[in-house]
This record gives sequence, structure tokens and C-alpha cells, in this order.
Amino acid sequence: HLATSLPLPSERHHLRPRIDLIVFMIDIKSKYSLKNVQTSLAHVDASFFLGKVCFLVTGVGRVNACSIETNAICKLGEAYCSPVLYCELELEGIRLATAQRLLRMLQICAGHIPGVSALSFVSLMRNADDD
Amino acid sequence: MDETVAEYIRRTVLKIPRDEIKTMLEKWGFLSDTQLQTLNFHQIKDNISQEVVQLCEENSADIKQAAVLDIIYNHIYPNKRMWSVYQMKKSGEELEYFDITDFKKKFKGRLRSALKNVTITFKEYEDNAIWVRVAWGTPYKKPNQYKPSYVVYHSQTPYVFISASVLKSNLPLLCQALIVASNYHDIREMELRSHSLNSLKDIVFKRYSQNFQTYTPKPLQEWNVEPECEDIRIVQENRSEKERIHRLNQEAFGGGPQPKLEFAQYKLETMFKSDPKMDVLDKKEPFRCLVKFSSPHLLESLKSLAPAGMADAPLSPLLTCIPHKARNYFKIREKKGFFPESFVSP
Repeated sequence: HLATSLPLPSERHHLRPRIDLIVFMIDIKSKYSLKNVQTSLAHVDASFFLGKVCFLVTGVGRVNACSIETNAICKLGEAYCSPVLYCELELEGIRLATAQRLLRMLQICAGHIPGVSALSFVSLMRNADDD
Repeated sequence: MDETVAEYIRRTVLKIPRDEIKTMLEKWGFLSDTQLQTLNFHQIKDNISQEVVQLCEENSADIKQAAVLDIIYNHIYPNKRMWSVYQMKKSGEELEYFDITDFKKKFKGRLRSALKNVTITFKEYEDNAIWVRVAWGTPYKKPNQYKPSYVVYHSQTPYVFISASVLKSNLPLLCQALIVASNYHDIREMELRSHSLNSLKDIVFKRYSQNFQTYTPKPLQEWNVEPECEDIRIVQENRSEKERIHRLNQEAFGGGPQPKLEFAQYKLETMFKSDPKMDVLDKKEPFRCLVKFSSPHLLESLKSLAPAGMADAPLSPLLTCIPHKARNYFKIREKKGFFPESFVSP
């Protein structure tokens, strides 16, 4: 399901399946994108932050066009205890690899991988230099 | 043939892309068909231009014919110059019959009575456009052929498109000559400038597709999801929002291609409004600020802002009014009923 911001429109509540993973996409070239994500985060129920939220930063290939500092994004990831992935959508190889990563995460969050839960997985994803 | 004329013709030919030289010389019509056939258009441009100059030498070209070639070049490549739009006003309502010979005579007469050293050349085109080229001199110097002004006048309209040369002091004289020649009594510069002459014409002649308010009781279902999202497994949650943005965009910009402008400039003469506790600018002077938007195609990029998610729809009327008001240079003053003070959302 693709949405431009949260909260989701209420008219489709009854049609929506269970949500297993929320991926917030931030375009590093647009400050508006970060602001949008920050406002949308306020509408997410706290239980999602136990491994069912992920930040995907796109557009990292164009170094000259960055409008958001990576520091700000790292802080966001830390504040919400969620992993941050970086990718460049314009390159097919990276696009494919990122999609496969997200799919793998989704499988874990949906409970399809026995022995690995969303929470245990996200603690594995934490950077070594945290705490 | 004068050396300066030879040099001018040579440089003009050098400006033309090699593949276009033959067509342009044919349009010029100064060299005969047999002469054109002797030219080798597959050599380097330097040599082509030398050969052209030699042929012109045979035909004893003078500056008048060279100026016509220059007009032809600028008619085909008008986007290399910056054009401003001027509007003329008539005193009465009488529709006088436009006589091209009369126009030319009056124009030349008015200019020459003020300045002896000018080169004036005219060329008419099928779309009722009259191109005038003026090369300016001083009482002591011959006209500078490399910095001419161009005027494009559509005789059935009150609009004139001028690409002034760097010598701006000649502009008032040029304007005067225009109103005298075309039987108007006043001329004013519109705040509309661009490199694309055709887009300027589209704006003032209202040739771009405007959207007229039509009452649709049911939203039209024509617009579908973009082709990449044909996959039924992908669900767009904000479809109604996207449709709303699309509808607002259509209302603001119309359905067709936008005229091509490169800038929009807003000069602010408003007071700075800050938090009173911050005590910034306590002098209460107008805050001098210039906001300039530039783009290779400004209106198309503005049109794509809301669908791309970079701005909220509807866009500020300061941006969407550009083609309707036929201006891209604005002065924003304090809200006294003139311009709205709302700014674009980031």
C-alpha cells in the first residue's frame, strides 16, 4: 500500500489488511520529505516501533543535491529505535537489492520466518557504535 | 564590397549550424541557384563562410542585404535573445487600415530625423509579423552591426516584442518611432520577459490552453493511475488526494503545454514581520528582498510541483497567475487590497 502521508484515509479502513511493516521513504533531496515523515510519525501507534518501522532514504547517489543532513536522519532512526536503509532508486541494481532487503524484513515482521521475530531482528540491525 | 560588410556576412554565416546554412541561404535569396550549387557544404564552416563571402563579393552585397540575412537567422533562432513585451495604446477607437509602406516610411523617417547613422531593415512574414532590425550609430560613428535591436510587430495587435541591444539609451527613440509609425499614442513596457519569443506570443495572444471553469457534477474518471502502477497488488491509499491535486492543477494551469518562461521575479516591498520579542528590524522600514525563481521551463516545473509532492496544492496564486496576468516580474507591497501576501509553501 502506498500513501503520501499519515494518517491513512479513513474511507478504506475496512478494506485494509493487517499492517506488518511501515517503510518511511525520505528523499534526501527534499526537506519537505523529511518534514512530512516527521509529521506522519506522530500518527503511528507505539507498538509498531518494536521492529515494524523502517526508514528508507532515497536519492543518495546524487551527492550534490542533498538537502538533508545524514546526521538528522541518524538521529531520527535512533529516536524511533528503527533501522535506516540508504538506497538510490535510479540505479536498477541497487533498487532490486533494496527491494529484496525490504521483502526479507517484511517476511520477518509478518512472522513467516520461524525463530526470528521483528524485535529480535531490529536489535541485530542496530549499529555497532550505538550505546 | 565593403570590408566591414564582408566581415559581417562571414560572421553571420559562422553562427549558423552547418546543416542549416544551405536552407538559410536559399531563404535569403541573394545568391542565385547556380552560385549556391558551387558551394561545398561539407567542409568546415570557416571555409564555407569564406566561399559565401566571395560569392557575395561577386554580387556586390551591401549592408542592407547582409542585414536581411541577420534577420532570417534571428527569425529561425529567436531563443538566443532576451525579448521584452511592450503594449501600445490608441487614443481613440477608430480602426485604421494598416499600411505596411506607410509604417516603414514613418518609422524610418522618425528614426533618421533623430539619428543619422542607423541601419533599418524590414522583413514581413506570413503570420502578419513584421521584423525590424535597427543597428545604431552615433552622429560621429557608423552603426554597430553587431549589437542591433530587433522589433517584432504583429500589425493586428497592440503588442510589440523588442530585443534591445546592450545600448539601452536608444530604447526611448525606438519606442517613439514605433508609436508614430503604427498610429498609436502611447507605449508601455509590460513586466514580461523571456528568451522564448513564441511563448511570449502565446501568452499575450492567449494561444496557450487555458482552463475555463466548467461545472462537472461528477468527477471525470479519465485520469488513471500512472502506467508503472498497473500492478493490482499495489494499492494507492491517497488516490482521492491525488485526484484532488490533479484537478486543482488542471484548474490552475490548464491541460496543454505551458508557455516557456525562464524566470519569475518578485520584488518585496513589505514590512518584515517578526516575533515582537525578537526585536528584529525595529526601524520599521520595508524589508528589501528579491525572490527569483528560475528554471529551463518555469511553468512546467511549477505545474509538476504538487503532483511530485514538493508543494501543497493549490499553489499560491502569485505563481499561477503568471500566464493570465501576462507578467513574470512582480512588485509585492503591503496588503492594501492589491496583491495577496501569501507566499509559496516550501
